[in-house]
Amino acid sequence: MITILLITVPLFSGIASFFIREDRPRRVLMAACSIFHFIMVMALLSFYGREHGVFSQWFGFDNIGIIFLLITSILFFGASLYGVRYLSDEAKYARARAKSGGLFSPEAVFGGCFLIFLSTVTLTIASRHLAIFWAGVEATTLTSAPLIYFHRTKRSLEATWKYLLICSVGIAIALLGIFLLTVANNNQTQLFLARLIENAGCMNRQWLQAAFLLLFVGYATKMGLAPFHTWLPDAHSEAPSVISALLSGALLNCAFLGILRVYQVCSVAGLGHYCREVFIAFGLLSVIFAAVFILRQRDYKRLLAYSSVEHMGIMALGIGLGGIAVFGALINMIGHSLVKAGLFFSAGNILSCFKTKKIDDIRALMSSATRRLGILWMFGFLLITGTPPSAVFFGKFIILRQAFLSGHYLISIVFLTALAIIFAGMARIVISMTQGEDDCRPRENNSYNATGFTRTCLPAAFFVTALALGLYFPGWLTDILRAASRSLGGA
Amino acid sequence: MGHWFDFIGVTILLVNLMALSSSRVRSCVRIVAAQGALIGCIPLIQHLPHITPAQTLFPLVNIILKGVVFPWLLLRALRAANIRKEVEPIGGYPLSLLMGVAIFVISYWLINRMSAPGHPASVLNAAVSFSVFLTGAYMIVSRMKAITQVIGYLMIENGIYLFGLAYLKEQSFLVEMSILLDVFVAVFVMGIAIFHISREFDHIDTEKLSELNDTMTAGQGL
Repeated sequence: MITILLITVPLFSGIASFFIREDRPRRVLMAACSIFHFIMVMALLSFYGREHGVFSQWFGFDNIGIIFLLITSILFFGASLYGVRYLSDEAKYARARAKSGGLFSPEAVFGGCFLIFLSTVTLTIASRHLAIFWAGVEATTLTSAPLIYFHRTKRSLEATWKYLLICSVGIAIALLGIFLLTVANNNQTQLFLARLIENAGCMNRQWLQAAFLLLFVGYATKMGLAPFHTWLPDAHSEAPSVISALLSGALLNCAFLGILRVYQVCSVAGLGHYCREVFIAFGLLSVIFAAVFILRQRDYKRLLAYSSVEHMGIMALGIGLGGIAVFGALINMIGHSLVKAGLFFSAGNILSCFKTKKIDDIRALMSSATRRLGILWMFGFLLITGTPPSAVFFGKFIILRQAFLSGHYLISIVFLTALAIIFAGMARIVISMTQGEDDCRPRENNSYNATGFTRTCLPAAFFVTALALGLYFPGWLTDILRAASRSLGGA
Repeated sequence: MGHWFDFIGVTILLVNLMALSSSRVRSCVRIVAAQGALIGCIPLIQHLPHITPAQTLFPLVNIILKGVVFPWLLLRALRAANIRKEVEPIGGYPLSLLMGVAIFVISYWLINRMSAPGHPASVLNAAVSFSVFLTGAYMIVSRMKAITQVIGYLMIENGIYLFGLAYLKEQSFLVEMSILLDVFVAVFVMGIAIFHISREFDHIDTEKLSELNDTMTAGQGL
């Protein structure tokens, strides 16, 4: 029942927002709906033990799903509050653009797609049938594309085009993978996850192997693993910062869940070793790619995007190493989503203040007028690179520990080197942005809004949560994570 | 019935090569539409003597969409964007054709190597479906115009659908629905996107869509 509400309420409110003409009620609806979603997820969590997660063959949340749902809901909750503030600040800007025509104003499209996006992400996470899951991933692509095109500029159009084309090819490849999976499953077209795991023993292994590879490549495109990540930096840098936060923290995880579902089936079928090698290879490659591109980055939103590629790689690596590293990968995912959302919110504030995404144009964020922005930016950087007491640090540490314990010395050395390069590269950029001579001032007097309470307390709240998770990990969350990691072949 | 399928398979393969060698965007759209319609006919022939209305409906919708609606939308987008130029593949037409043949050989070898649990209706069709899929992917990579990329994407869709026909004996309604959704929405949205692209840049050459590029942004600062 809650599952149905979680999907339908945002869907219908999203459709309704397209037809609300006034800006204010639409913003209220957006925030109210996200808050409702958050409360419902909390209710679900408190009933969780009693109903044991899975509600039906079609929809439901198991231990893995509930973690993804929780992260998504928190992110959308934060993003809707930030988004309301952001939209009212950008209203003048958006209205000038709206003259170019179109059936709905850009803000109506934003509000509507935002809520429908929430609905499709929830649908994807809740689905226990691989074909529905696939349709859900596709729907998330379609509903998020107009959000990336919000500013209606040439550059955002280019980013949207790349996003649509590359992701739809990825999704097509995933569909071919689903067909192969059906053939491997002796032509039984009922792709319920529970039944697939039951039948996994008698599947054709050769075909299952091929199916895994195709599904992996397909979903990895959406997830942003290198070398399929090419859409990601463009989309993240051109989308409004609120949307970048959601793409990074919720959408990428969603595609990751798809790979994990197939991995569950494959590991029961005895292909675990093969799959883990694929995870390690692409995970490591992503971390290396990110390290190379972060070093020479000139745009701070692209910097964050490459940091997302890095973290997706770390998660894949964690799953690939197995054992306790799976637990580490899940912690890393939670930490990354929270911190990255906060960082994108801060990046949005800096962008509103200075009207530029170039790193070279921003200096002395720590000076008096923009001190809040500078502190948040520095704080976020320290958290995302895994400076000790934060959830991200624990994730990375556990993965590294497992790599050493299981004798993967080469992997550990490459991984550590890449992490060091990323730390150094980001540190150089962040320090040059926050310190230095106070020579350039915020353009226009928009800075008051961007350093205001609402726009700075939200990223701060996300950072503090991530930090708190590093200091104290609640028991119930540990239990869920343990159970999830066990069902993913971890310890 | 087997020879019929082989006949259609060979035709689809030839159409595939035609698409690779055609120099005009318009004819390319029409060729891919014909390919889609041909593939749509297969399930009709499969059930021919005793066909139920339910079995007719889906293939018909498919034929209308791929053979009529999409080409119409694409041609309209072409007219709106005022494009008559050539396809301009990277490496020229001879290389394209050679790639088409090579792709077929590779897919035939691949399909023969994999022993299917349930035998496909026709091994040739399975190989053809794979090669249509790969040709579509090749089109996307080697053609620079936004519209030819959409055509490549349509070919990928055709390949996937043909693969489903060749391997999945009982047609799962879910799979069919998802393909329809996929094609419909992707092309619809892409068509609109093309229109925007041509209006804002006066060209639909995706190679010129390269403002967002790491090497360039890096170069600017040096």
